[in-house]
Order: sequence, then structure tokens, then C-alpha cells
Amino acid sequence: MEPLKKHHGIVYPLNRSNVDTDQIIPKQFLKRIERTGFGQFLFYNWRFNDDGSLKENFSLNDPKYNDASILVGGENFGCGSSREHAPWAIQDYGFKVVIAPSFADIFYNNCFKNGILPIQLPNDAVEKLMEKAEDEIYGLSVDLEKQVVYGREMEVNFDIQPYHKEMLLNGWDEIAVTLTHEDKIDQYEKNTKGVKTLGIS
Amino acid sequence: MSQPKTIIEKVWDQHVVHEEEGKPNLLYIDLHLIHEVTSPQAFEGLRLSGRKVRRPDLTYATMDHNVPTIHRNVIKDQISKKQMETLEENCEEFGISLADINHPDQGIVHVIGPELGLTQPGKTIVCGDSHTSTHGAFGALAFGIGTSEVEHVLATQSIWQAPPKTLQVHIDGKLGTGVTAKDLILAVIGRFGVRFGTGHVIEYTGEAIRNLSMEERMTICNMSIEAGARAGLISPDETTVEYLRGKRYVPEGEEFDQVAQQWLNLASDPGARYDMELEIHADEIEPQVTWGTNPSHCVPVSAQVPDPLDAESDDEKDSIERALEYMGLEANQTIQSIPIEHVFIGSCTNSRISDLRKAADIVKGGRVHEGIRALVVPGSQSVKQAAEKEGLDQIFIDAGFEWRDAGCSMCLAMNDDIVPPGERCASTSNRNFEGRQGNGARTHLVSPEMAAAAALEGRFVDVRKQMSTV
Ligand code: SF4
Repeated sequence: MEPLKKHHGIVYPLNRSNVDTDQIIPKQFLKRIERTGFGQFLFYNWRFNDDGSLKENFSLNDPKYNDASILVGGENFGCGSSREHAPWAIQDYGFKVVIAPSFADIFYNNCFKNGILPIQLPNDAVEKLMEKAEDEIYGLSVDLEKQVVYGREMEVNFDIQPYHKEMLLNGWDEIAVTLTHEDKIDQYEKNTKGVKTLGIS
Repeated sequence: MSQPKTIIEKVWDQHVVHEEEGKPNLLYIDLHLIHEVTSPQAFEGLRLSGRKVRRPDLTYATMDHNVPTIHRNVIKDQISKKQMETLEENCEEFGISLADINHPDQGIVHVIGPELGLTQPGKTIVCGDSHTSTHGAFGALAFGIGTSEVEHVLATQSIWQAPPKTLQVHIDGKLGTGVTAKDLILAVIGRFGVRFGTGHVIEYTGEAIRNLSMEERMTICNMSIEAGARAGLISPDETTVEYLRGKRYVPEGEEFDQVAQQWLNLASDPGARYDMELEIHADEIEPQVTWGTNPSHCVPVSAQVPDPLDAESDDEKDSIERALEYMGLEANQTIQSIPIEHVFIGSCTNSRISDLRKAADIVKGGRVHEGIRALVVPGSQSVKQAAEKEGLDQIFIDAGFEWRDAGCSMCLAMNDDIVPPGERCASTSNRNFEGRQGNGARTHLVSPEMAAAAALEGRFVDVRKQMSTV
């Protein structure tokens, strides 16, 4: 995974709460067996008409957001299905950072596995960001090391668990990290032997 | 005496493999369930890094999300076909048991786990699917994970998780006749919203919960994720033990009695504290119908669609307006005036044998209303068989329902079972999100009884009235 330390990009405001992963990527696109190529289907039903043409009234289709790489959403972002296709689509489309007042747990976790930084900011900060990004092309900088986002007339600190932070800063492969504790897993299995066998297969 | 603990803490503590300051815990996983949609990239990841599946014997796979529920041997959709073949190849390569499309144990992953007795109290269970919370009905700690985590569990049989906060949802009183577990959980989400559970594991307690059968408990725990919770569970009791007795993957004889005692000991201790507590009374609950585009958008069947003007905040007003527009409904319209075109009885929320029996009771001797397409999709091939043995299939077919093979089907419409744009469906599934049952489709979540009654009437009706006339 690519490390993520600092990022500067244009903000795209999606002013809706409870954006669920069915909206982020509709199920008809979950049939691929690859991890890549999902960006074209991001927010598909909001972005496209039935004939495949762009829906004019959906904000992401506004050319001013063409180069956006920071997605700002409402409360409970990423709720619903656990599909990791949602962060895959967000990342493949070109977003590196997602900001919201709150996230659904599984989506939040899934972001870190894909080099996306989800940032939880207080409601008023998110509202301010939304307003700015609706009015103008608004650039924002994110410094993960210092845990701060800043742009014109705006600077906010954010919280993040040290583990998540390190994972992104270093671009770690989580499985490799876990395997450094393999002896503990062996030991655990030894201690609980018998209780655990399912008798499957 | 040691401090009283909740079942959540007990199960958690038993599974911590490794803990370290400033890090989540490394948690051991007892059962990993797999299906065709969220696993291919995980297996691919293993192959790319030359890793193996650590415990194929604790892993079980099936096909459910995009399997056809009719004419099973002709899979028209080539991409779906490829996804199923990929699962087959992966299970073969890594030595994992698979109930494939032709297997008698095939079914929705959350229906077959309990049915086979793979799901047991005290286990940690994961699956690349958010409704894994269903298995919590047994007092298991069961949660949905993403595909990267699927790969992680395949490789290490463990997962990094921060200890959850605990949340008690206490439901006293008795559910009235015709009021179901589905209505109960919809009412809870209707009252407290779609994010009250975020960061928490819910334990459902109280008289109303104790009185539920295992299948009803599964309906409750299934929808924990719709409240944003990481998992939802119910402490094991005699109902749990009796359900599991004789199931294929549970021990037999004396060994069963021993294990059963261990299960019962897992129940939350009297006086255990939760980080948050909520309460609701079962007696107050009526049959529920959702009118909007998330499960908290629900009201009693006797009520009306809400008016955005009554909203308490701008955010809520927006959300109601957008939902009404999507759903093609007017503010203040009565629920019972909403006509429907489709009925779906199925999904991991409500497709077990008791669900089908209750729906069949309502349907018996009636006719599906003109112009309505009604589907019954059993949760597993064994549910289907059991239903056919009792003659339930005939009741449905005689009334004009279609009787299908097991799968997720119209719950998420990844196969051909799709609700067309703008059309309306009374559905026993768990999500009424925009486009969930098909692009532009309008979903109303209800219980199997309410769905059956709606099928006969062509609109929503209070199933309790139909019951009193029988
Ligand atoms: S029935 Fe629906 S909710 Fe359940 S696992 Fe299948 S798609 Fe998911």
C-alpha cells in the first residue's frame, strides 16, 4: 500500500447524511473479481441517467470538481453494506481523503486498508467546508503527521487512533504486521484446542 | 467476587490473542463464513503474496448473493457465472468446504450457519457481509468485515479490532398478536435512528426478547447493522440450547450437555454495566411499514407518511423531502393508501421456515391481487425442502406466488430478481436504500405477515384485522 503522509487537493462537498455504500457503488458493479476499475461506477445512480448520460443536477458532475481529491460528506457516511468496493471506487475515482462528521464503522476501517484517510471533524467544521467548497474551488491541505487540515480561513485538528495513523504513514501491509505475532496465534490455538474444532470437511 | 460482566466482554476476553498499548486487540476468529461477492479479491491477494489459508477447517463457503433462484443450471449472466466459478476454484485450491449452487446445504450464508449448527454461542464469527450480526442471536460475537479483512482472516485466523462499547437495548412487555420480531426491530430503529449503535455492540435484553424463538431472535440481530452497530447479540438461554441440540456441527450426547452449560454461563451477569442503555416497550408496538429510504423511516401501519414541515431540523427536512420524492409519495398520505406492484418474501432477515409458515397462514385460500408479482424465496435449500414437506409451497403457488430456490434474490437484486424503476415492493428484507432492489425501485420493509397481507390486498393493510377474521 502507498503511504499517505500529506495531501493537498480540491474539496468536493456531498451534502447528504447517511450516504450508504449501495449509493457509493450499486450492486450491479460488484460482480468483478478484481480490485480495480470501480471508479467509473462511483455514485452511479446519482451521476448517470438510464441512457448513460450525465445527470446535470448532481454536483459531482459539475466540472469545477473534476480534479477533486477530498470528499466531504454528511453524518454516518458509508453506512449499510460492508462492501469494500465502496472505498475501492472512491479511491479509483481519485479521492484520497474523506471527511465527515461521523462514519459507519466498517467503511471507516475499510478506508485504511486502501490508503484512504477518513477524517472525522466536528459538525460546524464540516459545514464550513461544505459552504466554501460549494461557493468556490476550494483547496485543502491535510497533514496526517500533525493531524491537521488547513485551507484558506480554516484550520482544524483531528483525532485518529495511533495504530491507524501509523498504518497509513508507513503504508503497511497489515497481514505482514500480524504475522510478526504468529507465535501468539499458535499459542492461542494450543491453549484452546478441542473447543475450537468445527469438524468441517 | 469478580465484577459482573456482559456477554460481550466475556466473549471478547476469551478471544484476545495479543494486546498492546495504543493498538486494537488482535482477536481470534472461530468461524469465517465466505460468499462469492466479497471474497475473490481476498483470495487473489493471498495468491499474490504466496500465503495460505491458516484454518480451512474453520472456514465455510456458500453462494448466495447472485445465484439464480429459478432455472439454476442456466446462469445467463456471464460475470456472475465467473464469480461463482472463481469461488469454486478458490475453495478447491485452498481446501475450504463449499456449499455450491447444487449442494443441498446451499443458502443465504446467515441462514445456513445457524441451520448447520456452525453458529454457536461464544464464538467469534466474521463474514464479508454486514448482516453477519444475525449470528449474534446465539450469543456469538458476529460482525461484518471488508474484503481486505477477509484476506487477513484467511491468512491469520485473527483480526485487529478495538474493544467495542457496550449498549443494552432492553425490551420489556409482550408483543401483541400479529406484531412480529421484524416490527420490533423496525420500531427500535424508527425510534432511535440509523446510527445510535455506531461503535457499539448491542445486547438485546428483556421479557420480549426472552419470549422470542431463535428464528425471531435472528431477525432482531440481523438488523443491528441498520442501527450502525458493530454487532448485536442475545445471551444464550434454554431456547438457544434446544435449537442447537441435534444440529450437524454441534457435539452430541454428554459432550453436548457440557458445552451447553458453558454456553449458558456466557449470559451477561446480573448487575453488569453497559456503556449505554436504551429501553422500549413491546406492548406499544404496532406492525411497521417503512415509507422512505433508510430503515429508520418507518411508521405504524395505521399512521401516515410524515410531513417535511414537521421536521425538527433542516437536515431531517431535506432527508424527508428527498425520500418522499424518490419513493413517489405525498406528505401525510396514509400508509394503507399506498398501492404496491411487487412482494418479496425472503432474505436473511425473514426467510426461515417459521417466516414462511406465518406468511402461508395469511395467504391460505386467498389470491394474490391482480397485477402483483409476488415471490417467495426460501433462505436455504433445506428451508425450501422443509416447506415443501409441509405443503407450504402449494399454498403459495395456489395463491399465485412464485416459489423459488434459495438465495439473496430481490433483497439486493444482483441476479434477475429485480424491481423495475419506479415500481413499489413490499419486502421482508432489511434495506430500503435507493436502488437496493433495482435502479429506481421503491422498497417498503415489512414483516412476512404484512407482506403476505399486502400481496392479497394490493396495498398495505393491518394484518391484525385479517387475522381476526379467520
Ligand atoms: S439476503 Fe440480503 S442482506 Fe442478507 S446477505 Fe443476502 S444480500 Fe445481504
